[in-house]
Amino acid sequence: MTKPKIAVWKFASCDGCQLTLLDCEDELLDIADSVEIAHFLEATRTTVEGPYDISLVEGSVTTAHDAERIQEIRAQSKTLITIGACATSGGIQALRNFADVKAFTSTVYAHPEYIKTLKTSTAIADHVDVDFELRGCPISKAQLLELLTATLAGRKPHVPRVSQCVECKLAGTVCVMVAKGELCLGPVTQAGCGNLCPSHGRGCYGCFGPMENTNIAALAAQLRTLGAETPEIKDLFLSYNAAAPDFSKGGQTP
Amino acid sequence: MNDRVIQVNELARVEGEGALYVRINGDDVERVEFRIFEPPRFFEALLQSRMGTEAPDITSRICGICPIAYIMGACHAVEKALGIEVTPQIHALRRMIYCGEWIQSNTLHAAMLHAPDFLGLPSAMDIAKTNPELVRKALRVKKMGNTLMEVIGGRAVHPINTKVGGFYSAPDPDAIAALIPELEACALLAREITLDFAKFEFPDDDHDYLFVSLIHPDMYPILEGNIGSSRGLDIPPEEYPQHFYEEHVERSTALQGRTADGLPYLVGPLARYANNFEQLTDNCKATARDAGLGPVVRNPYQSILVRMIEVQYALEEAARLARIYEPPDPPSVAVPVCAGEGHGCTEAPRGICYHSYQLDDDGRITFANIVPPTSQNQPQIEVDLQRTVEGNLAMTDDDLQWRCEQTIRNYDPCISCSTHFLKLTVDRV
Repeated sequence: MTKPKIAVWKFASCDGCQLTLLDCEDELLDIADSVEIAHFLEATRTTVEGPYDISLVEGSVTTAHDAERIQEIRAQSKTLITIGACATSGGIQALRNFADVKAFTSTVYAHPEYIKTLKTSTAIADHVDVDFELRGCPISKAQLLELLTATLAGRKPHVPRVSQCVECKLAGTVCVMVAKGELCLGPVTQAGCGNLCPSHGRGCYGCFGPMENTNIAALAAQLRTLGAETPEIKDLFLSYNAAAPDFSKGGQTP
Repeated sequence: MNDRVIQVNELARVEGEGALYVRINGDDVERVEFRIFEPPRFFEALLQSRMGTEAPDITSRICGICPIAYIMGACHAVEKALGIEVTPQIHALRRMIYCGEWIQSNTLHAAMLHAPDFLGLPSAMDIAKTNPELVRKALRVKKMGNTLMEVIGGRAVHPINTKVGGFYSAPDPDAIAALIPELEACALLAREITLDFAKFEFPDDDHDYLFVSLIHPDMYPILEGNIGSSRGLDIPPEEYPQHFYEEHVERSTALQGRTADGLPYLVGPLARYANNFEQLTDNCKATARDAGLGPVVRNPYQSILVRMIEVQYALEEAARLARIYEPPDPPSVAVPVCAGEGHGCTEAPRGICYHSYQLDDDGRITFANIVPPTSQNQPQIEVDLQRTVEGNLAMTDDDLQWRCEQTIRNYDPCISCSTHFLKLTVDRV
């Protein structure tokens, strides 16, 4: 039997989500045995021509060249999965979408004329059809392994789209918003991180992006009740998933 | 043999996207470029008007491989700006989680990204086919680094428990104590891996580098000390801008770090080791000796050994810190809201990483500057490549290409860290 061909592609990102694959220390050699790693520059010099059975795409589209490259990758891939907040919603670099990219460029570079970049940082799904979007900044190792296993077995992955609050309740974590008055995006954020921030006494900062059917206005009102003012609420929504429509909406809260 | 062009458009086993361009005319090496085409992400710009206290989490997204370096550099700089100082217990816990990052990042690079070059193999997965024991050992050590980051920081990539002022919560002493046996076991494994790697054949090279790193009289510096060099520099972090600068040149497409005199310099394991050898533990010095290394290593290919010795050090140091661990109580000092300016510099696995911020009265950022290690190393990488090509003209193009890639990988270049890099137009013969 021929092994399924897997490719890992990088767009604008920090590399942390593809690193999560290499962080599967206990599983890595088994994964490498059961698939053909056809393109994974962070790990290997070998690259194999497409088509690919599974493409994992990290990062967002921020250049004209990358906008073309994702089309080629889609054409070569049976299943295309985005990994992480950059690929799924544009990432932290999508804060440029709310600003003037020219001003951004001259803030960082002595010679802005050398820089070629798009005005926006956009999700992969804004450019091509995506078969599955794995959330997180970074993604969860457990969800990545479940997704790969399910995809190879041809079944639907078990990746719940419930809110972070559900994860807190399941773990028995005391609500940081109720008990400590912490600002928390848990009620509108998709679960999956493993209940990390609240279990450390910190409000959720939304790195898994919006859950299904959010009620942004109700949360914004609650944040205000806790004493947060507009700039604080705006910062809270506009971070690692700023360009996800629900969070953009939260960022425009009056 | 007339014009030869060696071009690698997608450099493997580096973090981020880089490329290499070499043009040779007869025996003349006309041009050597280490190109970087990571799309710019404008961190310094998007930090404008954000709270200074957000800088650690936001800048950690510059690099998923060394998030702690960004978190800690930003914490130090913002704490200076706000006029606060953390307690010794908080500092010790920060040093411990930073050890975790050194362990995982240096092991990832040495065993999985760099070692394959010395064996003529494309990846660590290929090493596993002939020497699974070596790869399993390395994965176990790497996992220890990640575990340390998870226990203290919540997760290995972009930890969530760190903050300006300290930590959100102090790890449970039992959880820290439980790490000690595996830290000790892994320190022995790191020594074994170093000695395994010492059997590699290292290309001949000897270069008089200007080594720049943190320096500290009492401990091997991770997030403490002044910035020092092998030629006698000794300055506090806030004086970094007077002694070093970054240049934006069209040809190289990157902001390139140089000394105020315009010299390239080297940051990272070789520099830390040369500038602080005496501060290593006796065990680490013994490993260095048994691996055939003196107190200064000037063959860049042997950086793989120095990186693994630093892994051994980080494991021993984390075990020491775990044995004396006192949970910081409270886990964070109070963080005021005020104006100020601050600088911070810590040792990322790849070398010094400098941050500076200015905050307004509301504690919001009005100016941010971050100098990652790879942009500082880039001019030095090009100097090394020039020497490599000149010294190996007799090699076939394929062999020379691989040797050049290996030379770049000596630096573990983290191109995602390149907040400033962009794409270059290829100049073909």
